[in-house]
Amino acid sequence: MAERPEDLNLPNAVITRIIKEAVGSPGWRVGAGRTSRQRGSGSGVRVPGPGPQRYSPALFSQLPDGVNISKEARSAISRAASVFVLYATSCANNFAMKGKRKTLNASDVLSAMEEMEFQRFVTPLKEALEAYRREQKGKKEASEQKKKDKDKKTDAEEQDKGRDEDNDEDEERLEEEEQNEEEEVDN
Amino acid sequence: MADAVAGRDKCGEPRLVSLPLSRIRVIMKSSPEVSSINQEALVLTAKATELFVQYLATYSYRHGSGKERKALTYSDLSNTAEESETFQFLADILPKKILASKYLKMLKEKRDEDEENDSNDGSDGDEAES
Repeated sequence: MAERPEDLNLPNAVITRIIKEAVGSPGWRVGAGRTSRQRGSGSGVRVPGPGPQRYSPALFSQLPDGVNISKEARSAISRAASVFVLYATSCANNFAMKGKRKTLNASDVLSAMEEMEFQRFVTPLKEALEAYRREQKGKKEASEQKKKDKDKKTDAEEQDKGRDEDNDEDEERLEEEEQNEEEEVDN
Repeated sequence: MADAVAGRDKCGEPRLVSLPLSRIRVIMKSSPEVSSINQEALVLTAKATELFVQYLATYSYRHGSGKERKALTYSDLSNTAEESETFQFLADILPKKILASKYLKMLKEKRDEDEENDSNDGSDGDEAES
């Protein structure tokens, strides 16, 4: 799938930002905390969310402010990240194969983290997974609600009619079956 | 690159993951034995990679030499790969840098060793070396 070697690189800008976030922010947060308005206002003030989104500093100690990361170091970290993805995928795939599954799932990735001695990632990852599931659920419910509102008026009457007709048919069929059984017994 | 940055605020909501999922998927799929990946596994891998990047950076800085200068350098990273068991898998892509003169010296020492071995074995290994 990846035909050129550069397809396997991660964008440097994003990597740099992630490192800088570790450098500059007081705590490592799950994205759910900040609203788009806070993020997009351009005021330059980051509003930290309430407590539970932060992870304990003991787990993720930060770089102090203003650490200079050389260009060479940045590209090395980026390469390391690609290798990490491959390593994690390969480990997770082993767990999937053990379970005789073809598709990698979330628990495979979590098991892989433990296998790779990155146990410290498991808790934040589980929290991220929950946040992701909540987000997906929210999206699904929102779209279903929209659909319902749209269909409610037009479908309501038709559905009632349809249900009555189905019942009639079922009754007829039952009667036929009973007759058939009687005939079979006679033979 | 642009899509990753734009993707962050595109829907007007903060994103869980800043790394581009499509790129992560390409890297995951480049592993030949992997057949398919579900979306949750993809999101988790991307998130794990972000944690990894931050952990590698902070770990290398704390154990590194540049604390007084407030700098994180390549050699801090390659030291981490060499010394930490957890980061051992990076040793191949973060090789330690050495001076060319030192390398040549190492090469010469190795050649001398090989020659000794060769003469002991009586094999014709000299041709392979250049």
